[in-house]
Amino acid sequence: MTTQPLELTTTKARSHVNTVPAYFRQLKYMGAVGSVTLFALILVSAYLMPFAYGALTSLKTREQIVTSANGPILPVDHATFEWEGQQLQLYRVTLPDGEERELARLPESTLRMQYMLDPENPTAPPIELEIRRPQLQPVWKLNPHWENFKLVWEGQQGMVRLPRLMLNTILIAVFGVIGTVMSSLVVAYAFARFPLPFKRTIFLVLIGTIILPRQVTLVPTYALFVALGWKGTWLPLIVPHFFANAYNVFLFRQYFMTIPRELDEAAMIDGANPLQILIRVIIPQSFPVIMAVSLFHFVYAWNDYFEPLLYLQGKPELQPISIGIQNYNYIYDQQQGLLQASVLITLLVPVALFFMMQRFFMQGVVVTGVDK
Amino acid sequence: MAVQKKRTMSPLMRQQRRWGLIFLSPWVFGFLAFGLIPIIASLIFSFTDFRLTSGEAIQFNNFENWRRLFTQDTVIKDAILNTLRFAAIALPLSIVMPLLLAALLNSKYLFGKSIFRTLFYMPYVVPIISAIYIWRGMLGTEAGWINRILAEIGIKGPNWLQDAAFIYPALNIIGLWTLGNAMLIMLAAMQGVPTELYEAAKVDGAGPIRRFFSITIPMISPVIFYNLILSVIGIFRYFEVPYILREDQSANQAATMFPNVYLYKEGFALNDMGYASVLAWVIFVLAMGATILIFMSARFWVYYGAEERD
Repeated sequence: MTTQPLELTTTKARSHVNTVPAYFRQLKYMGAVGSVTLFALILVSAYLMPFAYGALTSLKTREQIVTSANGPILPVDHATFEWEGQQLQLYRVTLPDGEERELARLPESTLRMQYMLDPENPTAPPIELEIRRPQLQPVWKLNPHWENFKLVWEGQQGMVRLPRLMLNTILIAVFGVIGTVMSSLVVAYAFARFPLPFKRTIFLVLIGTIILPRQVTLVPTYALFVALGWKGTWLPLIVPHFFANAYNVFLFRQYFMTIPRELDEAAMIDGANPLQILIRVIIPQSFPVIMAVSLFHFVYAWNDYFEPLLYLQGKPELQPISIGIQNYNYIYDQQQGLLQASVLITLLVPVALFFMMQRFFMQGVVVTGVDK
Repeated sequence: MAVQKKRTMSPLMRQQRRWGLIFLSPWVFGFLAFGLIPIIASLIFSFTDFRLTSGEAIQFNNFENWRRLFTQDTVIKDAILNTLRFAAIALPLSIVMPLLLAALLNSKYLFGKSIFRTLFYMPYVVPIISAIYIWRGMLGTEAGWINRILAEIGIKGPNWLQDAAFIYPALNIIGLWTLGNAMLIMLAAMQGVPTELYEAAKVDGAGPIRRFFSITIPMISPVIFYNLILSVIGIFRYFEVPYILREDQSANQAATMFPNVYLYKEGFALNDMGYASVLAWVIFVLAMGATILIFMSARFWVYYGAEERD
């Protein structure tokens, strides 16, 4: 009976009362967004800070690294002022009258007594200051040494140059990509489309190889490659990838299952055999997953350290970058700047590839991880 | 269905099966050549005096390798202890950190999700050798940024890589850069949790933390399980970081002696393939044992209810 007027009043009341909470709620929401995003920003900065360390160090000379150990983190030199053929170091000092000035320290200064020249008025008599030398604040001048990258790129006598190492790495990676894509593709096709005896069991064994520790096959495989005379060549790093890999087979299979069988059947009616169906129907449909597998393998090959260590020791001119760069560590023992420059060049390729192709990477990771 | 399957195969079926076997053959060959046969061969090698350098025939050496393992070898004992010390930090970290990061990336309050996701994943593609040299600098005693930050807040930083008490935290800090993969997988799993569950819990008065532990974690437990298995496998194949750091004397030698480093020394530096095979089997058995334990524990904490079985 009384519903009508009651409802009217409540809606009215609500609309009146709600203006304030809605405003508050929005504010609260924005506050939450702000604080969560800020937190994430701090976290990601901490997480990626080592890149900044590497980048700054790569621009420093040995002396600048020593300076940086206690001073500024940027690649800086002590600013100087040239006077009568001498390089005088500049310091920021506070004069007795409270004024702050940049002054050049004259060589006749002592530990306790500083004789400073005003660069703006060098002919004036030196300013005498009673400050202990360690208390002087140096004036820093930014001086990044970009030529570190050039020096590393050109290399030194007796070391394999970076372009060569990169070419080796690219060739090993590309051959491996061809192998793993071709073989994993056909094996996945077998699992996705054909009746096989003990199919489930075979598939489980395949997936089981993921958790097989590589050490247990290592010694005999190594012995085999040595016996074949493949040690000191790229073959051990390439040939095994022509026999399919569990991750990639899984990734391909999951993808193939989403391609409608009607497409296969249509091609079959047109007289295509299974190989032709694979080439004409399945592969053209599978571009994203082929990209993902190729990228994964490329990055894997670029970053792999263990196998090149085993098979390419003593063959510096054939080594990929991961091993080659280790030799730089010994050569540049005292020159962290050059080492970090080489490190950055090494990581640039996979990181750039990742940024350009992240869509494929992310999808691939998600399929292998979540579907299992 | 089952009756139909049992019937003799049609010619088409037989032909299809032949094609299937042809397509499967690369993996079968690879599995035999680089999987099954080497596993058996390494077990056989473990009973021999096999050395690649000597041209002499391989001979059975009267269980000498295995006797050495059980009676004389103290290095492997220390190496396994080192692995446990490392794993005590690495294993919880490898689950908790990606889980928290994924939860953060899944938060409806996070602005710029995809950029953060990309940035947190990115170090995963950095070559291990680059990561090691960058982190070695970061962890430097005097000029390393970590110790400098500690100094800013008045703590004298340790000698991370040489001090046996700090080497395992240090190794795990270096390892943090590899958690992007687990993070992405967990994030994708979290996004797959039906929103109705959260809404129902909200109606029942569950707060965000309660919802995280009572809905998110159980619902993504298969993915946590998968990552736990991968982490355990990773711990038993841990090699590059300790090897590279001890090779140039940057890190404490005793503390970075891990089973795989030892295996590498025995097999590939000293050429004792027989003993390297023994070590390989020790690692294999330990890794399998740990994996089986986790699999057995799965039924107590892994929730498969959401999964449709075919």
